[in-house]
Amino acid sequence: MTGMQAMDAMTQQTPTIQHHRAGTAEPAAGSAAARSAATRSAATGPADQVLLAVDRISLRFGGVNALTDVSFDIRRGEIRAIIGPNGAGKTSMLNCINGFYHPTDGTITFKGERRAHMRPYVAARGGIARTFQNVALFRGMTTLDNIMTGRALRMRCGLWRQLVRVGPALREEIEHRQVVEEIIDFLQIQHIRKVPVGRLPYGLQKRVELGRALAMEPDLLLLDEPMAGMNVEEKEDMCRFVVEANRHFRTTVALIEHDIGVVMDLSDRVVVLEYGRKIADGTPAEVKGDPAVIKAYLGVAH
Amino acid sequence: MLQDCRSFPAILLLNADRFAERPANRFKTRGIWHTWTWREVADEVRALAFGLRELGFRSGDRIAIVGRNRPRLYWAITAAQSLGGVAVPVYHDSVADEMAYVLGHAEVGFVMAEDQEQVDKILSLADRLPSLRHTLYDEPRGLRDYDHERLHHLDTVLTNGRAALERDPAGDGTWRAGIAAIRSEDLAVLLYTSGTTGRPKGVMLTYQNLISSAVNANRFDRLDETDEVVAYLPMAWIGDHIFSLAQSYCAGYCVCCPEAPDTIAQDRHEIAPTYFFAPPRIFEEMLTMMMVRIEDAMPIKRRMFHYFVAVARRCGAAADAGAAVPLTDRLLYGLGSILVYRPIKNRLGLSRIKVAYTAGEAIGPEMFGFFRSFGVNLKQLYGQTEACVYITMHPDDAVDVETVGIPAPGVDIRITEQGEIQFRSPGVFAGYYKEPERTDEIRTLDGWVKTGDAGYLDDRGHLRIIDRAKDVGRLTGGGLFAPKYIENKLKFFPEIKEAVAFGHDRDHGVAMINIDLAAVGNWAERNGVIYASYQELAAHPQVYDIVARHVAAVNRSLAADPRMAASQIRRFLILHKELDADDGELTRTQKVRRSFIAERYAPLVDALYTGPGVYEIATEVVFEDGRKGLVSGRVQVREAEIVAPPAGPASVARAA
Repeated sequence: MTGMQAMDAMTQQTPTIQHHRAGTAEPAAGSAAARSAATRSAATGPADQVLLAVDRISLRFGGVNALTDVSFDIRRGEIRAIIGPNGAGKTSMLNCINGFYHPTDGTITFKGERRAHMRPYVAARGGIARTFQNVALFRGMTTLDNIMTGRALRMRCGLWRQLVRVGPALREEIEHRQVVEEIIDFLQIQHIRKVPVGRLPYGLQKRVELGRALAMEPDLLLLDEPMAGMNVEEKEDMCRFVVEANRHFRTTVALIEHDIGVVMDLSDRVVVLEYGRKIADGTPAEVKGDPAVIKAYLGVAH
Repeated sequence: MLQDCRSFPAILLLNADRFAERPANRFKTRGIWHTWTWREVADEVRALAFGLRELGFRSGDRIAIVGRNRPRLYWAITAAQSLGGVAVPVYHDSVADEMAYVLGHAEVGFVMAEDQEQVDKILSLADRLPSLRHTLYDEPRGLRDYDHERLHHLDTVLTNGRAALERDPAGDGTWRAGIAAIRSEDLAVLLYTSGTTGRPKGVMLTYQNLISSAVNANRFDRLDETDEVVAYLPMAWIGDHIFSLAQSYCAGYCVCCPEAPDTIAQDRHEIAPTYFFAPPRIFEEMLTMMMVRIEDAMPIKRRMFHYFVAVARRCGAAADAGAAVPLTDRLLYGLGSILVYRPIKNRLGLSRIKVAYTAGEAIGPEMFGFFRSFGVNLKQLYGQTEACVYITMHPDDAVDVETVGIPAPGVDIRITEQGEIQFRSPGVFAGYYKEPERTDEIRTLDGWVKTGDAGYLDDRGHLRIIDRAKDVGRLTGGGLFAPKYIENKLKFFPEIKEAVAFGHDRDHGVAMINIDLAAVGNWAERNGVIYASYQELAAHPQVYDIVARHVAAVNRSLAADPRMAASQIRRFLILHKELDADDGELTRTQKVRRSFIAERYAPLVDALYTGPGVYEIATEVVFEDGRKGLVSGRVQVREAEIVAPPAGPASVARAA
């Protein structure tokens, strides 16, 4: 039944687009995204190099099998989507990848290194950044400061030097500020640079969160429903940012998303989960036509 | 000497000499204000000119400027002019069809676009523009994978220009000789007027037009190289061209470009311009934002604010009446400056204002008085594209909100028997491009230009404007009906964003009203009124009550003037959607297109004359990408309170 609802939600997305007064940039945005998706695989060099491999992962909470025997890989430079009906284990999968959960069985290989028990901070240092399904920002801090925290792992000066804030500490801060300003410019959030994020609307908070993840200059960016709860205009903006981040910062992206239109437009390959099992894996077109996927979403055999 | 300069490129070279290290442009990027001196600007413009020439730009070529205010877009204008070209600034928010007409009509060979959004628009039109050869862009984001055969990043053009300059040591001399050969009667820019009706017209302005107007205006307000402005109004609008380019070049003052459209208020606060122009709309926004924030402030601050606003109003009123301000009020005003006026002016970016102008629409006397009482030298001017802006302006010592001031230096004014204002000046345009017959319609053989506005000169020689000459109508009872006059009175209330009044050839006046979502939304929040959409809020009975009170107030003020008493608003309604330029209801400069609205909402106009009640209406809306949809709703028509005129018959011969 949940599958039914998810599908309903998707089909309802499309007509709303017709009635939406799109922002001035938007007519082009969709086609730009499509265009880039087509050209991307050719553009990126070592595309077939596997960045992260998940091998026969299982995750159990007591008697609940959140994930069962799931294997897939993420190649360097691609946008990899993870989709599935509600409760399929998508977020659990991301949590395993960045070390928040420890899989009961199976291994995760990141940049050629096998990790059994990875801690989130180790993952972060290793170059994995993520955003959350429910925005997790420092609400009292400004946009600028929030994104600046994304640089924390790259700051080399110690507490005392930071406090005195002359010489190397100042130089370092200026360098980081420069990177952060590039991101602010990239995400077009100059007008909220000094606004505490708690006061921002949801769509902008999501954008700030993406900014913070990008500030880490990650090798792998995990996005948990980056477009959830957004209106069509915000979604189109977000799509543009994800595509651009992927191409210009050469960031590998793994994202969970419910909007099938977005997934088809953005991703190079899609893995489909249902009840903790992988039921399909391939290009958007392949996955779309897969009978198992149709069954999972519609709940009936065709 | 400035008098010897016949073109803007020539003035630029002069400024590179006389103001060498003074700032010419500032632009905020990555959170930092970057500054270019006049010498640097001259250098960039030269490199850009050489780059354009490498791409085949020749004398007589046209370059369209499509984008928001950025230094490099302004430089492109001068660079093109230095090669004998003509710049055609275009409204950056116009939809593809409008833009296609303008670019085609002006036969542009080059386009200088701001970013991907504009480049996409231009590329989508490429088939319809046979004359278009090359497109340049300033902001590279998203454009990396585009076909760059006829598309060029400005950085590349500048690099190529510098390389060309290096290869050819005599190049600089040739370039300067070319600039010296530009004649003052040559065409400098083609500005397309947005037009309340019909196709846009290309106004041809020569160097002589622009330079003489700019020099006169600089002298009138004593502007010099120490001044600073923020360029934020559309580059295609004559006002911006005069304030941010012509006057800046002639006086040598610095033009600052905001970081992004949403940061203008913050950027203005940081720059604190000394010379400032804004249509009444912007002052309204400032006031509304300030009032909203004051309502949310601590009680003590709120009380302090209201107290000192009253003090300022008292002092202002006394000063305007020519009476002496009592000592206590002077002391209070001094205290108010420290506690209220200065901090607020600082926040609004008005703390260094030498001269601020408003024009385009009538400004509310309350609002006008408010800013003046805070010590902002706010004045009105009256202008037109065809005049290079300046027709009349307030002198510093005779500011009066009811008038638009005295004729600007070098301008002659006459009022025809029909009451139409006509003017003659050195700024009078060279004609409409490729449309001599339309030029002849508005310019007489001896050089007088018909403004199409009705008005009169008062006994002090100040010009008063009533309405568009063609809009001034008659009620069937014979009374005068000046719709804009009434609409402006309605719009002075913060809750009313737009109003459209009808009454010509009818027996009484009626009005359609658009509420202001910011002001009414804030009221709703404070009063616990829940609403889901604009439409729902607009139809709320309490909102109707508020508007009914305002309409009644307007009727009272109309009744006080025997000429206008007959045109009181008998019935009104609140529209279910906001009037929008994309639907053709407003012009690009946000003026209402009354006849279009009358046609589009014909059932509602009929309803207004039928009687009170609830009516169904469905309206087609056009989205920004060109798709269409329907917005439907119920609209209520209400009776308004009418005031009996104090004395005398309703129909009095029209003024002056």
